[in-house]
Amino acid sequence: MERPFAITLDVGSSRANHTGSWRVERPVYVDRLPPCNDACPAGENIQGWLYEAESGGYEAAWRVLVEDNPLPAIMGRVCFHPCETSCNRAQVDEAVGINAVERFLGDAAIEHGWSLPAPAPDTGRRVLVIGAGPAGLSATYHLRRLGHAVRLVDGAPRLGGMLRYGIPAYRLPRAVLDAEIARIVDLGVEVVVDHSVRDVEAERRDGAFDAVFLAVGAQIGRRVNIPAGDSAKVIDAVSFLHRVADDDPPMLGRRVVVYGGGDTALDAARTARRLGATEAVIVYRRNRDRMPAHAEEVEQALGEGVSVRWLATVDRFDGERLVIEKMRLNAEGFPESTGEFEELDTDALVLALGQDTDLSLLEGNANVEVRDGVVQVTPTMMTHERGVFAGGDAAPSDRTATVAVGHGKRAARGIDAYLRGATDAPRERHGVATVDRLNTWYYADAPRTRRPELERVRRQTNFEEVVGGLTEQNALFEARRCLSCGNCFECDNCFGVCPDNAVVKLGAGQRYEFNYDFCKGCGICVRECPCGAIEMVPERI
Amino acid sequence: MSHDPTDAPALDQRVHFYQVGSFAVGNRLLNADDRTVQSSAQRTNSIDSGHRACQGCGEALGARYALDAAMRATNGRLLAVNATGCLEVFSTPYPETSWRIPWLHSLFGNAPAVATGVSAAMRVKGREDVRVVAQAGDGGTVDIGFGTLSGMFERNDDVLFICYDNEGYMNTGVQRSAATPPAARTATTDVVGDEPGNPFGQGKDLPRIAMAHDIPYVATATVADLHDLERKVERAMSLRGARYLHVFVPCPLGWGAASNETIHLARLAQSTGLFPVFEAERGVVTNVLPIRRWSPVEEYLTLQRRYAHLVGPRGRPDIVARLQAIADANVVRYGLLPDERNDGEDD
Amino acid sequence: MLRQLEGSRAIAETVALCRPEVVCAYPISPQTHIIEAIGRMVKDGSLAPCEFINVESEFAAMSVSIGASAAGARAYTATASQGLLFMIEAVYNAAGLGLPIVMTLANRAIGAPINIWNDHSDAMAVRDTGWIQLFAETNQEAADLHVQAFRLAEELSVPVMVCMDGFILTHAVEGVDLLDQATVDRFLPPYEPRQVLDPDDPVSIGAMVGPEAFEEVRYLAHLRQLDALDQIPVIADAFAELTGRASGGLVHPYRTADADTIVVAMGSVLGTIKDAVDRRREAGDRVGVLGITSFRPFPIAAVRRALSGARRVVVIEKAFSLGMGGVLATDVSMATLGSTAVLSTVVAGLGGRPIPRRSVEETIERAGRDQLTPLSFLDLDDGIIERERGRMARTRRSGPFAENVLRDLRQAKEGRP
Repeated sequence: MERPFAITLDVGSSRANHTGSWRVERPVYVDRLPPCNDACPAGENIQGWLYEAESGGYEAAWRVLVEDNPLPAIMGRVCFHPCETSCNRAQVDEAVGINAVERFLGDAAIEHGWSLPAPAPDTGRRVLVIGAGPAGLSATYHLRRLGHAVRLVDGAPRLGGMLRYGIPAYRLPRAVLDAEIARIVDLGVEVVVDHSVRDVEAERRDGAFDAVFLAVGAQIGRRVNIPAGDSAKVIDAVSFLHRVADDDPPMLGRRVVVYGGGDTALDAARTARRLGATEAVIVYRRNRDRMPAHAEEVEQALGEGVSVRWLATVDRFDGERLVIEKMRLNAEGFPESTGEFEELDTDALVLALGQDTDLSLLEGNANVEVRDGVVQVTPTMMTHERGVFAGGDAAPSDRTATVAVGHGKRAARGIDAYLRGATDAPRERHGVATVDRLNTWYYADAPRTRRPELERVRRQTNFEEVVGGLTEQNALFEARRCLSCGNCFECDNCFGVCPDNAVVKLGAGQRYEFNYDFCKGCGICVRECPCGAIEMVPERI
Repeated sequence: MSHDPTDAPALDQRVHFYQVGSFAVGNRLLNADDRTVQSSAQRTNSIDSGHRACQGCGEALGARYALDAAMRATNGRLLAVNATGCLEVFSTPYPETSWRIPWLHSLFGNAPAVATGVSAAMRVKGREDVRVVAQAGDGGTVDIGFGTLSGMFERNDDVLFICYDNEGYMNTGVQRSAATPPAARTATTDVVGDEPGNPFGQGKDLPRIAMAHDIPYVATATVADLHDLERKVERAMSLRGARYLHVFVPCPLGWGAASNETIHLARLAQSTGLFPVFEAERGVVTNVLPIRRWSPVEEYLTLQRRYAHLVGPRGRPDIVARLQAIADANVVRYGLLPDERNDGEDD
Repeated sequence: MLRQLEGSRAIAETVALCRPEVVCAYPISPQTHIIEAIGRMVKDGSLAPCEFINVESEFAAMSVSIGASAAGARAYTATASQGLLFMIEAVYNAAGLGLPIVMTLANRAIGAPINIWNDHSDAMAVRDTGWIQLFAETNQEAADLHVQAFRLAEELSVPVMVCMDGFILTHAVEGVDLLDQATVDRFLPPYEPRQVLDPDDPVSIGAMVGPEAFEEVRYLAHLRQLDALDQIPVIADAFAELTGRASGGLVHPYRTADADTIVVAMGSVLGTIKDAVDRRREAGDRVGVLGITSFRPFPIAAVRRALSGARRVVVIEKAFSLGMGGVLATDVSMATLGSTAVLSTVVAGLGGRPIPRRSVEETIERAGRDQLTPLSFLDLDDGIIERERGRMARTRRSGPFAENVLRDLRQAKEGRP
């Protein structure tokens, strides 16, 4: 029927009025680098795998995870998770328990026998990986995925490097370690153990390898001369932990002093307690705030009865007694002598003063530059010798397992590019999604879930794992605490809050787009985006 | 351990936490039934693109929120009556209308009565599946439409009346209404004299006046809490008789606020206690929306030029204190800050 | 069947036969008996289906009618005087939206001073609203006009006001032949709206129209009024064919064919005037009467035809425009433009003042002697006027003149100076 003129109007007619012409600024969708991803030495897409885990898609989450890191069950235990340190949620309530979720996913993969993605078709190229620690394992995995043949050699009888011989079992159960290593080996890796490479150049030539990845770690415990200390009483921490791992623990006695302030010192002291020491005392020259060891490790150690003598250095042995000197911090925070001494009854002294790398195998490679005890590398982890790459503790790094895993990945990509004659240009990184860009009001209140800790009594006497895993409920809860900083997670806020219906919803996984015919540029979508994935830009005139 | 998707709902019920929970418009983690109408690409868009509301208009947003929810609740069997005002003017300038639903505008002060007539027509024709919503701004509700509204309440006519409260006559150039808060500057309450801005009066609290009629349902809501608003519309449409929904809709133009602050301001109005969000049935308060993160009124005032004379170095802390007292009184009256708060979801 | 009944009752029963679906009521004398009766019929089920709604004001009454009509229901209401003014914004709106509401106006004076008795000031106040205004001479015609009004309103999508003199008609008991339901149903088809609120065909009704189209909208509404000039006689003829009664139409000429002097008037006073005319005819004067039934639209052509032979036209009207003069007379003057007829206005019956046949006869006589001034007031008490004018001239605070007049009247009655 004809409508009465002007008084009665037909549906849809307002769409002729393009209010977009009012706009002086336009909203645009952006992606920003989440601080967790930014901080992860292994380059994990943490937000990406948390996103999958949020909806219970654990296998999908694990698959996103192993795109970058083949050792989630291990890293979920030993990583010191810089991701959590940088997590924006820490400024809302507490950081997301990323590491715990990673471990949950890693354990789930082992339990369900999920296999790693199949390698690409064989490229016919051969790579020698020297050292089966985290860097070597990671490189092996990524190289295999790229279709390159890998020979993985290690001087020890079993694979794992420092993961096996440096990290006590109560932090990393061997079954977990074995399972994740086996999964990599199952990709078709030629494994050679009990084989110490003496000459890289010769080994490469003899095996006709197209490239070499050097990941020999830092296996030599640094020692200092302790006057009147005999070898029976003094052992370095690396050797100590290695022997424990080999089921050949040295007899240390009841009173053990550990000298040093890093994580290895804590590992040594806690291990000593488990071996029967009634006293395990750490002597460290500075105070707790300046201790390089990670705070939660310190917390756990103290909880297990380990004690610490802050601001003290070991001076000498006086018979059965260890003489230590008290220190004080000067204005710059450096320890200074006080001239005051003290004595400790000591059956054994464990030196945890850092580790050095044995680089004798490079003596034939004149081009390889060694500086400060480590091999110098390019951003793609290549040494100055073409085709020879290095990573992990043998290269300049923070010397953590996670950094090593990251090195392995970068080196594999570098090697692949080198083998293809290409340059592996570093990918462009988005700007970091800082907390000021978020609208945190929208996130539900939820403090993080604590991983259960074994009762102290139990863990002082055996090597059972100290920190338990999350239940599925907790893991799901924890995953859902992720703020998805800087990347749209399809919360529909922009779609909902636009007064002009100028946001088009493209469907699950497809995100949104603006209809600039009608967007007036009010900016509500930007203001109300929880994760800061929209920004206003001046309108082009 | 379960990763089978068929187990997910059961697990979801145990894990009562959904990232953005029910605070954001949508949430893929929620069951479909718990998602908002606004998160659906199939929503009605009762008020369509191309309307001439100012940038960041809270009323345009509130109207779409409420009417789309009513459309879902009535399965699309809805008729709307509109009072004169911003909403009417910006939505239907000849030859363009933004309404995708049947819509009738008569006068400024008679929307409740017109809606009564529409509702009576549906009843007499045996088409009681078709429901009626009437809507007006605060002027059309608390001032000029007050008489017809009270009549509609008293007769308990089957109409949901929605007031979009932006605290003044914005369409005519920002003059004071009975809903304009004390101390606010409008074109007819200038910032001169000892009591700059709108004088402190007794207020005209329409939700409580509506409650005094003992009608089946009275609720307040803001554009800052969509889930709450939609749930209230749904509840209202599940009942028969006169129902009243008072929606707080910031006006960037009239309040002198940035156009992107609309929802933020609505949130602050609620979280200061200045605008209590609650619902009542048959004259008795049945539910309040607790303040999730309390804010002092100054935080709210600072963002609006209509209060610029109150804050800053040459401000009026004495007047700010009086406004704070109003907010505090609301907190007490409605119990907006319970001592113990549950973590996590607002379940 | 002819029955002796009160005018209001006749209207109520006739409206009920028209099957209104929504009836809205706010009481005001002298309209109350109409809506009381309809309310009772709805309540006892004799008028069904129908929603009878007691509202809180006339403004609401018209507004409810607007809503009901826009939603496709046949809507009816009734009011008078102050009530009409209180709803006037909605009265304009109903016409502007083209909603075929039918309303009875029980004509009554407008205050101040407050007065509940009959005149036509209320109807005149809304003559420009876009409503069709039909004036009934008798209760029979008033009843019949309601049936015609619904048909006219719905055919044209224009609201119709049936004006009947308050008390004089509404409260008068006289013989009225009420139609039966079958006859009304034959005459009045179900309401088929031109525009309607419908979930299955959504439209926006009541848009804001700016300068670019407002004049056209108004002109179109005017054209619909002109259409009504064609439709009103057609509907009256159809009604006459069905009932044998000559109710309605544009005008009712009486003994005008050879008349030198024609009195023009509206409403119940036409009966008195006809009596006066009959008397003057007996005395040999060639006089006639033209009753105007359709005041809006104003039937200029029909009036011109009826007045074409007259040398004098006397408009007796129950309202006037202060500071100007006749309202009806001004409209009638449009029909005598170009003729040599002398037009005089006699304002009569304000606020219920009786209009005696004798006074009308005197007026006709004076007209015949060409002694009528262009504007005069029937039976005006010049003494009161002079006293009050004098008082106002003497003292600044002379007091409210309505109360002064009442005091003067009382004193005059008691024989005091």
